[in-house]
Amino acid sequence: MSDGDELASDAEQVRYDQARYVNDGQYEPLLSEKDRTRVEIGDDSPLPDDLTRDELELPALSEPELARHYTRLSQMIYGIDSGPYPLGSCTMKYNPKFTEDVAALPGASVHPDRSAASVQGTLELLSRLQDYLGRIGGMDAVTLQPPAGAAGEFVGIRVAAAYHEHNGEGHRDEVIVPESAHGTNFASAALGGYDVVSLPSDDEGRVDLDALDAALSEHTAALMLTNPNTLGLFERDIEKIADMVHDAGGLLYYDGANLNALLGRARPGDMGFDIMHYNVHKTFATPHGGGGPGAGPVGVVDELAPFLPAPRVRAADDARTGDRDGGSAGTGASTSEQRYELFDPEHTIGKVHGFQGNWLVLVKAFAYIARLGDEGLADASAKAVLNANYLASQIEFGVPYGPFHHEFVASAGEQDAADVAKRMLDYGVHPPTTKWPEIVPEALMTEPTEVENKDTLDRLAAAFNAVAREDDETLADAPERTTARRIDQTSAARSPRLSWHELAGDD
Amino acid sequence: MNGAETRASGSPYAPHTADERDAMLEAVDADSIADLFDIPDTVRFADEFGIDARTERETRRLVRSILGRNENLTELLGRGHYGYYVPSLVDHLADRSEFLTSYTQYQPEISQGFLQALFEYQSLLVELTGLKIANCSMYDAATALGEAATLADRVRETSGHRVLVPDLLREERRSTLENYVAGTDLVVEAYPTTDGAIDADELADAVDEDVVMLYAENPTVRGTIEERLDAASELATDADALFVLGSDPVALSLLQRPADVGADVVIGDASVLGLPTSYGMGLGLFACREDYLRQVPGRLVGVSEDATDRRAFTLTLQTREQHIRRERATSNICTNQAWVALRTAMHAAALGPDGMVDLAKRGVTRAETLAERLDELVGVSAPVHDRHHIREFVAHVDQPAPAIAEDLETRGFAVHVVGEHELQCCVAGVPDAELDAFVAAFSEVVR
Repeated sequence: MSDGDELASDAEQVRYDQARYVNDGQYEPLLSEKDRTRVEIGDDSPLPDDLTRDELELPALSEPELARHYTRLSQMIYGIDSGPYPLGSCTMKYNPKFTEDVAALPGASVHPDRSAASVQGTLELLSRLQDYLGRIGGMDAVTLQPPAGAAGEFVGIRVAAAYHEHNGEGHRDEVIVPESAHGTNFASAALGGYDVVSLPSDDEGRVDLDALDAALSEHTAALMLTNPNTLGLFERDIEKIADMVHDAGGLLYYDGANLNALLGRARPGDMGFDIMHYNVHKTFATPHGGGGPGAGPVGVVDELAPFLPAPRVRAADDARTGDRDGGSAGTGASTSEQRYELFDPEHTIGKVHGFQGNWLVLVKAFAYIARLGDEGLADASAKAVLNANYLASQIEFGVPYGPFHHEFVASAGEQDAADVAKRMLDYGVHPPTTKWPEIVPEALMTEPTEVENKDTLDRLAAAFNAVAREDDETLADAPERTTARRIDQTSAARSPRLSWHELAGDD
Repeated sequence: MNGAETRASGSPYAPHTADERDAMLEAVDADSIADLFDIPDTVRFADEFGIDARTERETRRLVRSILGRNENLTELLGRGHYGYYVPSLVDHLADRSEFLTSYTQYQPEISQGFLQALFEYQSLLVELTGLKIANCSMYDAATALGEAATLADRVRETSGHRVLVPDLLREERRSTLENYVAGTDLVVEAYPTTDGAIDADELADAVDEDVVMLYAENPTVRGTIEERLDAASELATDADALFVLGSDPVALSLLQRPADVGADVVIGDASVLGLPTSYGMGLGLFACREDYLRQVPGRLVGVSEDATDRRAFTLTLQTREQHIRRERATSNICTNQAWVALRTAMHAAALGPDGMVDLAKRGVTRAETLAERLDELVGVSAPVHDRHHIREFVAHVDQPAPAIAEDLETRGFAVHVVGEHELQCCVAGVPDAELDAFVAAFSEVVR
């Protein structure tokens, strides 16, 4: 198999070749290689010379040329609609098409400085989404302003700081983060000015209570926790952990990256968490867009609500319409008599985004939740957990920690996990997250989500297993069926070339 | 089947048949899905959220009815968020699902198309700013400003701690900046401006050796074009402070190139191209001099070669980032605004250099013309500032500004109230015919 062109036989039914436009030592040419046109600002400028630039040099291409350029680029990308995408901790679930339509409604296109009276629809949607998220997480108050999960973490950290400061406990200068946590937890705490105390896991992969006890002190501002954790394990001692943190005067923060495991089964608010963020681009199916935009709303318990970012949205009075879904009877259509308003929380930390966050993403998240309802949300977590368990049972790599939920971390054993991933690309599937968490050697962190059926999972398992049986040389040569072959990371970093100007030898 | 017309008993996007489910349960040796959840009884959620499931059609109708409550106004609004016309090309190509539904390009071999698009976006910013490095997105202008300040904190060579921003700065941007520097010993202070722009003498008085970052915007939030950026840059250099400039791709197509006025970092909202008005959703532009390469926040796309020696793109210098460097990362950012950056690059490509320069020039002339027309009305003088403007300007009204804005709103127009007797009007994206109607409405209101 090492000569490259044949895939292992038991995955033979999967034939995959990604689109590839080859053009004289490169793939699809850059826009700048198709055209560069220099425009002089010139005599017809409405401004004096000394206030303008001299020239601008950019590609000038026709619409048909651009349509081909971007269509070709899109063909050189693997997306959720291309096949399974089981990246652990990323929750790459199918993005329902209709959510794009609702985000494109003319009514969604409003300026953030409009009067509240003229954007009651926007405020109503935000208010109802806050309400949905509060119910789903068991939280009393929600802000939708943070534009991403890490931004939500930062809000949580700032809220915790403001709360402690308000209580005369500004000396609390440490945030505790489990060793296996998402990198953003450490970075968000550090951005907030906190010293990060790293917490080791116990032998079973969960929080080590003795280590936690030793880490907690009058310096503790918060413990940031993901539950289920990055191994997919539920922190069974969560109530005890919450008591310990609270007894030490700290706050308990929930990283919502893994909330898809718990929808309708358990709520962070009921476990004793004080603050949480939601990753709507994970749990609530808004598209990842090649890296963003997402949204990272933050929920808090009542006591912390006065510290949330400004402004918040609320119903202008207590006139509820009586429907459990915050709307009129039946399908919950808009209740045009209810007025909504913006207000600043009493001890607000201020702003964390120039306006109100990633509005269009929030519209999509609202539509997803409204579509699924109670039954759909609970079914999502059920099928996500079933899928992870089934997939794990079908692959030949060992899974050292369990019982896991929506994701599992397999070990590539003697193989290099990163090479395994590269080879999996050749089987027409996206590989899992690799080499993390480090508690599992050569980790393959796998989260199939609820959107795959048994056939797809079988195909995915076949890809894992085919690669498991291949030799190191084959793996090191992979991938061979993707647009580009193995890319040299060292070369990219050693001599950074970050714009087309540097390729063309421009100054 | 869970079609779009069906109210789901489960998730309509979880395609398991009952038989499949049972076969899978058998394979994992479980009696029911509930058995797979290792959650203590005491924290199990046995209640309901109280959220109704809906058909796709019902959900669309719901969202349409909610958003239908937004009044349909002609917006003469700007101040950092603009509503330029976005060509259909952008929507249709950016909505191709490979762009829309892919993840961050951690497997570059299978993500070449997106990486190339982001590389082209970075190149666009390099051309516009004249700076060598541009990342492939922050969240918005306000957070990019915050990131610039933490960069200033990391690279500073003095014990200073002052971050100077213009007194005109939007309160929302300043507040975001203050949150970003809360974990440092930096202090944000305002410097005074005169007639809507930098006053070199006043600024010289404000700058001392304790300043680590000096921030200016061009254009300012009031639409004026700065004339003394050179002086600001010199003051910053003399104080060993970072000179950070706020702008956007349309303004940059015409105004002085940041590199030519000594900018160390350029931030701003790049989504003035690519997104229609989106209630403030944006795209943080971040570019800087090459000296700060290892201190840049966010993702960078670079060029490399693949095993066939062909040119290929990849995320690079990732050791700056949180997933590798954790608490020592240059930023906590992970999810960014990549898809908006794609749209911005597409919009810029659709305009081409002529189109971009022209859009900026028209921003100058159309704002000037509208100001002249308002100035002719009784009880109105515009522009308030004796400066060049782009896109927007402040007008003085003799009557109380809020009352006039309210009257204009009943006539179908939205403007900013920026003072007791000051309104701000922006022409970006507003067709000429609607500007005519606006002037007519304005003349009735102030009559």
